[in-house]
Amino acid sequence: MSDTIAFKPETLEQVIKITKRYPEGKQKSALIPVLHIAQKEFGGWLDVPVMDYVAQVLQLKPIEVYEVATFYTMFNMKPVGKYVLEVCRTGPCMVRGSEKILDHIRTKLNISDGGTSADGLFTLKPAECLGACGYAPMMQLGKFYHENLTVEKVDEIIELCRQGAIALD
Amino acid sequence: MSKKLLLKDAHIEGIRYFDTYRKQGGYEAVEKALKMSSEEIVEAVKASGLRGRGGAGFPTGLKWSFLAKPEGVPRYLVVNADESEPGTFKDRYLMEFLPHILIEGMIISSFALGANTAYIYIRGEYSWIPDILEEAIEEARNNGFLGKNILGTGFDCEIYVQRGAGAYICGEETALLESLEGKRGNPRLKPPFPAVKGLWESPTVVNNVETIAAVVPIINIGAAEYAKIGVGKSTGTKLISACGNINKPGVYEIDMTITVEEFIYSDEYCGGIPNGKKLKACIPGGSSVPILPANLMLKTINGEPRLMNYESLSDGGFATGTMMGSGGFEVLDEDQCIVEHTMTLARFYAHESCGQCTPCREGTPWMYKILKKINSGEGRMEDIDLLWDVQRKIEGNTICPLGDAAAWPVAAAIRHFRDEFEWHINNPELAQTQNYGLAGYADPIPVPAANI
Repeated sequence: MSDTIAFKPETLEQVIKITKRYPEGKQKSALIPVLHIAQKEFGGWLDVPVMDYVAQVLQLKPIEVYEVATFYTMFNMKPVGKYVLEVCRTGPCMVRGSEKILDHIRTKLNISDGGTSADGLFTLKPAECLGACGYAPMMQLGKFYHENLTVEKVDEIIELCRQGAIALD
Repeated sequence: MSKKLLLKDAHIEGIRYFDTYRKQGGYEAVEKALKMSSEEIVEAVKASGLRGRGGAGFPTGLKWSFLAKPEGVPRYLVVNADESEPGTFKDRYLMEFLPHILIEGMIISSFALGANTAYIYIRGEYSWIPDILEEAIEEARNNGFLGKNILGTGFDCEIYVQRGAGAYICGEETALLESLEGKRGNPRLKPPFPAVKGLWESPTVVNNVETIAAVVPIINIGAAEYAKIGVGKSTGTKLISACGNINKPGVYEIDMTITVEEFIYSDEYCGGIPNGKKLKACIPGGSSVPILPANLMLKTINGEPRLMNYESLSDGGFATGTMMGSGGFEVLDEDQCIVEHTMTLARFYAHESCGQCTPCREGTPWMYKILKKINSGEGRMEDIDLLWDVQRKIEGNTICPLGDAAAWPVAAAIRHFRDEFEWHINNPELAQTQNYGLAGYADPIPVPAANI
């Protein structure tokens, strides 16, 4: 499978650069950064062939990659929409109305938690504390935080997503 | 007005960049420190009274002095930027707006520890901040403060940024090291402590972002001056991230002499509670520290005004006090439901348990399920005692402090707000449409001896 999956040459360069941050023989430390790169380059999630490819690049056993990929919540183990709406709902966000935001998104996009909209564009992921407690309610979309959310602001963000006019990274 | 050491230049446009930071006296602490011996720096940090700002509050200089120094073995400094505790977002502010104070603190700390390589392990979700840090690192390198032979002193230092991938447990120092080694974030048994066997089995110091940044003013103004700020063993300044039902959420730097009341109600800080609502409860140090009802939050059990510092906040122990923790300060007004709030915290800890220890793996979801049941109006009176029993069986019975962190919010909620739990159970339908409010919380609630 790894014959058909390969990082772009410039990505591979980036991967090699990352492995040089660690002492000789400690390239396993690059695993999480490289999984982030792989997820981004190969469709937003990590299927088994992608994880096997990462194992091959870092000279690890596939199981070493699987056990890490499945442990961390930022790695998606199934396909997701182009826009993953991660809405924080823990304590401080709950106090400032995160449930209302979540309910609005569930209804508006007709999706359940962890689900993807019928058009394949949006996935909703309730999140447990994203460190934006003072600017709640909030959600993460790609690389960025959208804070002090209101229902109107969420509608605007979703519309911008549909127009392909929102920055993800 | 509190003295500002870390955020004093935060208002200056462009302070994120080297040139502006340098114009404000940035990197003068590095120049000064590299003329000192490493022992002198460690002694200065000890004399300053600086305590770890990540939550545990352990004396930083003492931690540094534990670092093993075997010949021919590399040593590492690892900055813990895995800020993930609900209510806490202060390190994010420092890294986002003042990255150079962290880099400067890391250079000094690495020199003091004899470390030539340092890593910043940052929570993966803060995914725009590594770019800011890497830019700052590059600027520092281009100006001779990183790399080989820094300022001609013969000291070499490199700093790298490592992103995590969404696991609260990686804020625990040994789990962080496991993650940095490319593994699951499972905490290690201690001893050996990281100071002896840390990253790749080498001696390692793991310190929080704010802690390392605080080394800069300690060197700049001197340990004695730093120690004069604050009170008792709460020296220097502390960043507090304030959130919840307040008019002015945000990150504040305090000198730890102000009262909790002043912090909540003064315009300099939180600016009071919106819409004139009454204070119901507060969590002052991140979600893991005990919640206190308003009366105990504002005054100690002896009727003294409670201060925003380590000693005063913990006055009375867990029976009537709480902890400074990370400084994640959450305010709850009279409309908030303690049962629902505690349920969200229990869900958080259940989600974030690494699963290594049975009490935590099994106990945290169990607590969440019971709280969910009570919150949804399906609870039984005996569930409260069951909840108490489960949290007791988690606390102190796990490899790392996540078990305690999960147990304490539940214990404190039952200890101080048992009436509200009972009201939920006795009034299941009513509880779905309205909140308990402040009923029963006008005075300290007697704590049954068996429950302390």
